[in-house]
Amino acid sequence: MLCATSRLLAARAASALPAHSRGRGLAPRSRRRELHFPGHPELPPGDFLAGRFARHSVPAGRRAVLRRGRMPPAAGGGLAGSELRPRKGRYGSQAARAAGRDVTTEAATARSPKRPAPPSSRRFEAAGRWALLALVTLTSFVTRFHRLDQPPHICWDETHFGKMGSYYINRTFFFDVHPPLGKMLIGLAGYLSGYDGTFLFQKPGDNYEHHSYMGMRGFCAFLGSMLIPLAYLTVLELSRSLPAALLTAAFLTFDTGCLTLSQYILLDPILMFFIMAAMLSMVKYNSCANRPFSAPWWFWLSLTGINLAGALGVKFVGLFIILQVGWNTLSDLWHLFGDLSLSMVTLGKHLTARILCLIVLPLALYIATYAVHFMVLNKSGPGDGFFSSAFQARLSGNNLHNASIPEHLAYGSVITVKNLRMAVGYLHSHRHFYPEGVGARQQQVTTYLHKDYNNLWIIKKHNSNSDPLDPSLPVEFVRHGDIIRLEHKETSRNLHSHYHEAPLTRKHYQVTGYGINGSGDSNDFWRIEVINRKFGNRIKVLRSRIRLIHLVTGCVLGSSGKVLPKWGWEQLEVTCTPYLKETLSSIWNVEDHINPKLPNISLEVLQPSFPEIMLESHMVMIRGNNGLKPKDNEFTSKPWHWPVNFQGLRFSGVNDTDFRVYLLGNPVVWWLNLLSLALYILSASVFAVAVQRGARLPAEVEGLSQVLLRGGGQLLLGWMMHYFPFFLMGRVLYFHHYFPAMLFSSMLTGLLWDTLLRLCAWSLASYPLAGCVHTLGILSLLLGTAYSFYLFHPLAYGMVGPLAQDPRSPMAGLRWLESWDF
Amino acid sequence: MLGFLQHPVVVTAEVNLNMVALTAVGLLSRLWQLAYPRAVVFDEVYYGQYISFYMKRIFFLDGSGPPFGHMLLALGGYLGGFDGNFLWNRIGAEYSSNVPVWSLRLLPALSGALSVPMAYEIVWELGFSHCAATGAALLMLIENALITQSRLMLLESVLIFFNLLAVLSYLKFSNSQKHRPFSPRWWFWLVLTGVACSCAVGIKYVGVFTYLLVLGVAAVHAWHLIGDQTLSNVRVLCHLLARAAALVALPVLVYLLFFYAHLLLLYRSGPHDQVMSSAFQASLEGGLARVTQGQPLEVAFGSQVTLKNVFGQPVPCWLHSHQSTYPMIYENGRGSSHQQQVTCYPFKDVNNWWIVKDPGRHQLVVNNPPRPVRHGDVVQLVHGMTTRLLNTHDVAAPLSPHAQEVSCYIDYNISMPPQNLWRLDIVNRESDTDVWKTILSEVRFVHVNTSAILKLSGVPLPDWGFRQLEVVGEKLSWGYHESTVWNVEEHRYGRSQEQKERELELHSPTQVDISRNLSFMARFSELQWRMLTVRGDDSEHKYSSTPLDWVMLDTSIAYWLHPRTSAQIHLLGNVVIWASASLATLVYALLFVWYLLRRRRRVCDLPEDRWLRWVLAGALCAGGWAVNYLPFFLMEKTLFLYHYLPALTFQILLLPVVLEHVGDHLCRSQLQRSLFIALVVAWFTSACHVSNMLRPLTYGDRSLSPSELKALRWKDSWDILIRKY
Repeated sequence: MLCATSRLLAARAASALPAHSRGRGLAPRSRRRELHFPGHPELPPGDFLAGRFARHSVPAGRRAVLRRGRMPPAAGGGLAGSELRPRKGRYGSQAARAAGRDVTTEAATARSPKRPAPPSSRRFEAAGRWALLALVTLTSFVTRFHRLDQPPHICWDETHFGKMGSYYINRTFFFDVHPPLGKMLIGLAGYLSGYDGTFLFQKPGDNYEHHSYMGMRGFCAFLGSMLIPLAYLTVLELSRSLPAALLTAAFLTFDTGCLTLSQYILLDPILMFFIMAAMLSMVKYNSCANRPFSAPWWFWLSLTGINLAGALGVKFVGLFIILQVGWNTLSDLWHLFGDLSLSMVTLGKHLTARILCLIVLPLALYIATYAVHFMVLNKSGPGDGFFSSAFQARLSGNNLHNASIPEHLAYGSVITVKNLRMAVGYLHSHRHFYPEGVGARQQQVTTYLHKDYNNLWIIKKHNSNSDPLDPSLPVEFVRHGDIIRLEHKETSRNLHSHYHEAPLTRKHYQVTGYGINGSGDSNDFWRIEVINRKFGNRIKVLRSRIRLIHLVTGCVLGSSGKVLPKWGWEQLEVTCTPYLKETLSSIWNVEDHINPKLPNISLEVLQPSFPEIMLESHMVMIRGNNGLKPKDNEFTSKPWHWPVNFQGLRFSGVNDTDFRVYLLGNPVVWWLNLLSLALYILSASVFAVAVQRGARLPAEVEGLSQVLLRGGGQLLLGWMMHYFPFFLMGRVLYFHHYFPAMLFSSMLTGLLWDTLLRLCAWSLASYPLAGCVHTLGILSLLLGTAYSFYLFHPLAYGMVGPLAQDPRSPMAGLRWLESWDF
Repeated sequence: MLGFLQHPVVVTAEVNLNMVALTAVGLLSRLWQLAYPRAVVFDEVYYGQYISFYMKRIFFLDGSGPPFGHMLLALGGYLGGFDGNFLWNRIGAEYSSNVPVWSLRLLPALSGALSVPMAYEIVWELGFSHCAATGAALLMLIENALITQSRLMLLESVLIFFNLLAVLSYLKFSNSQKHRPFSPRWWFWLVLTGVACSCAVGIKYVGVFTYLLVLGVAAVHAWHLIGDQTLSNVRVLCHLLARAAALVALPVLVYLLFFYAHLLLLYRSGPHDQVMSSAFQASLEGGLARVTQGQPLEVAFGSQVTLKNVFGQPVPCWLHSHQSTYPMIYENGRGSSHQQQVTCYPFKDVNNWWIVKDPGRHQLVVNNPPRPVRHGDVVQLVHGMTTRLLNTHDVAAPLSPHAQEVSCYIDYNISMPPQNLWRLDIVNRESDTDVWKTILSEVRFVHVNTSAILKLSGVPLPDWGFRQLEVVGEKLSWGYHESTVWNVEEHRYGRSQEQKERELELHSPTQVDISRNLSFMARFSELQWRMLTVRGDDSEHKYSSTPLDWVMLDTSIAYWLHPRTSAQIHLLGNVVIWASASLATLVYALLFVWYLLRRRRRVCDLPEDRWLRWVLAGALCAGGWAVNYLPFFLMEKTLFLYHYLPALTFQILLLPVVLEHVGDHLCRSQLQRSLFIALVVAWFTSACHVSNMLRPLTYGDRSLSPSELKALRWKDSWDILIRKY
């Protein structure tokens, strides 16, 4: 392998071609495979490029001689055997590629004549490349699948995602803050591998026993292993340099963090797979930009779209890669738009193609995943309470499913009232008073998520206490704007409010149950209003969004969503808010409805349509995400911890007798990444300023700087996109959120070091042995990473024995930061 | 030698009468009847208390913004001879005679008035006509919301003033760049840009957005400068260094200066002390300093100490224990050790005293000479009143079951041995042999047997724990968190061996004397950090609104109502201006995109210099609007209509720019142009008319009848107060 590397290195180095960079409009657009000896007729005389072009038009056969004459020892030119020369075409065109895609149509004219090349060596080349890719893939699979079955118990979040996989197999409805695709895939993998969905996934540490879990883990490990070839190909495409790609692959293969995260039933390997696949297909399609509307172009473009849908379908952070692809597409279109040789029709085609492949296709796929999700999960389950009444009616087993109840609210009906805000629940009261010192000592009114008899209320007229269910009286419907009284069925007290401050939200008024056997005072009167309805309309069960306005104080019944202390049985506070803002917490709907005098109608008609279901589940997910707020005195991971590898996550095991797995990045790789980011910014800005100052770089350097600025720029953008948004997020954050960004950062590191070492070799060109600098540098990086992996591999593959604080532990010497607690 | 006498001394003065007139009417509109109403109006109740604190030199903490704004308001009070004696307790309270209302409101009013001619200058410097410039100034003049906001003791108008000043001086600077770089004039405007930026940030944090905008524009200009190959490398470097010094280094220094002045002015302790660290409190006159004055600095074995939690959330509190024990069985059925409770107690109490004991010895007094405790030493903590030892063990804590219970050990003669050894870990040590210092050292107690860390979980205990806060031993030490860090606040050397005497000693106050000075940077960083993290009451307010309500003025704020009549001050904008300014922004954006796309296809509708002017105007005005408006969508605090005013001023600047552009470039024929001018005149007249109609609500000087008020309620969402007689 090393042998192959060095040879390829040499080939690459020897073939680094001079190219144009700033003569954008004139830049010949060559196809990748052919080397451009551009015969562009309109070269500007006197331009410094012209001289360079002139030199290029030397017949191919003499080029090697020329080159050697110019910089014989540079970059191991001596190593580059002449049989490797055909590869120049492949790797030499990097600068041309990088120079921008301004002139697409000129590509055809700028094609170089095919150079004769010995077919055998070309085949050998291709085989070598494939072999290298196979080797990289194999290493990654071996490392990921090694000891995959260990530990045979639930680790960390497997308890969630494994459980959700089971839910799909059992078809019970659940709620999660992430979109469904990832969990569906896990469920599918489990189903196909013979897992029957009977394991409970109760808590981390539970043994799997006879249940088949390897299918699910294997699926995740498979996708996790695919990350490395994907990263390898991406860097290869961006830098056209095998050593850079190889470095990247090594960094990722030997990173304990990526390894650990790929070995368990988690969403992250799936998410990262889609992110990297989207990135690769985007880069590939950028490379096809000179052959628009060709088959590979369409293939990569639509593959990008598919992968975007996948990334977003697994977690909402997939949005970041969408933004990156969007940005890339915009700048791409912008370049095309500036190309006056393209007609508006062609531009329209370009635009349509992108809209189709990058917006319509992903959206369709994303919606399709939801369609499947709702189709599969058709039984009532633990997620019901999070959703609105109308939504629950879809689920078989839920009491609203196929239930038939009267449609319009009438006086005398027994009802339950549900708050529209997520996870607040039903209006509730019980035979307990507010304690001393908390407002008036009257009966508590709360909201409660579970269904029980204390949620039942009777709707009565405000001025008569006659039993409306008396058959002699006609049915009287409740209408929008009516003054009503709500009597708690179990305790016969009225819903009541008054000028006392609410127990927790001091600016609101207290809501109590008051009166004896339904007779209270004027503070029990509420006006019932339907949102967006005209006066006098009837009130529909489930569908009408109602507000209850207290007649005397003018306040609105709502739930603050705050949890009451012990005395309130940790149910949620109900208040009457004097601020008449239309927020969901003060809007209610009627869910159960019992009235013997009215005919029951089937609720099928009230079922929400698919777009409504989509919208609701998204609202619920977004709120669920925002609801994951860290508590005051909890230790939480901060985004700045992540790149420094400040602290890991315990996947399994706490005590020294346990089988312990600790998610922590390989510090050598991570700190190198951190260093490389700084180095990259430094070197890129030096180059950018130099170019802006109009400095004329030698051709070699010019080509390398283009790789650095363009290829590296995309990777840096990827890193920033996947990292900085976390600083703005209010939710609880975990270490593993950094891993997508870490992939980009590692790719950048690979690309940067290769380029820097090349630059180094170039600047030392006058010394003998300068060519070895690059080779040696790459080799030492590879070996160093591999050795650090050897040191840290127990983190991922599991440790048993004394904790690292203990000097007897074999890991004691590796606890380089005090905050690592493995 | 006397050559200068050969020429007459000539003074040529150029007076722009437009400017003079605009300044005059600006002053008139803002200063007219400034002292009316002589009552607390809306947020004056909030800023007023800080003015009083400044007058009395009492330290306070306000998380809403850096201190420069408050100091400016206080300057007005100082000039008017205010003694700070007024109880700012409710909106509408009548000012007593010692409150110099006029001078308190003068500074905001002046800044509001000067914003009018500045708008003129900015549009002129952007390269547009005098007519457009006058238009911008007149719009600023008649905008009711700006008038209302600048006539009161509030900070928005000052913020707007400095925002505009920053933009104006940057424009002046960049215009003089072409002709005379490094001239005194060039330097003056460059430095003024930096100063104005830091003043804007110093008034409210949102000023940082304008600062970033100016920095961004400056960076783009600097980038062009780098590309300018007619300049030598050295000269480019000089340019860059000058900009970096004036736009980055200088603002930072000025910002620090604000805090320096703030801390210099406020040297007395006050009601907000509790939030700050003990070291900070001790640096203030009175308060804790009086208590801790003269304490011994180094904690020694035998020292009597109170331990304060550094995190102090939800409330600042001290490590505490008392006779009561943990209940045998909790409500949820779990068992406890039934040993003595250890809690965190938010009040000073004799039960907060602990004695630092050397595990190897029995005595509880300080040797002579005292043996100081160092980082890494193992200590026992003895509760002063009960002489029990701080202990933790493998029993789940009452409310945080994942952590260990902390107790004072009672020997029940059962198989639960005492585990009362704690290793001292000084967090902010400089070397590993550092001595544990009173107030200054932040320490963690690491349990020797279980390596759990003493931590305040912050959860209030139920009734059996008297609602004090739970203290636990945290097993999962997830690195550093302030809730695990404690510092010694009160400290003295224990002298009495006998328990009775010791109790007496604990009850008596401490003496002795050492002075402790925190450096300015330490005080600054602590204060700044607390200001950023202090939590305001995030409860909703009757007049709070969302950013979406602002663009079309769907909300309003009632500022003040006359106690008897229905005269009232109401924050209401000029609807015509708001709507047309939003429209102008939209038109600008559409035109900009259109031109940009056409230019990309090499169709140049505008000559190059016009185009650059148009882009710069957009970058500063539309950009100014965007950076001052869009971030509010991400903020989680309670928002009010007045938060939109800085963004609105930038929109108003854009309005005449767009109008002039439309008139000059889009109206092709003379007829179209005349028609357009007529339209503009009609539109401006209607704006003036609306402004005049809303005038009673702006100045609050005239009582309107209910029917008139009803007629003014053009939108249902405006809460104009109507008295029911």
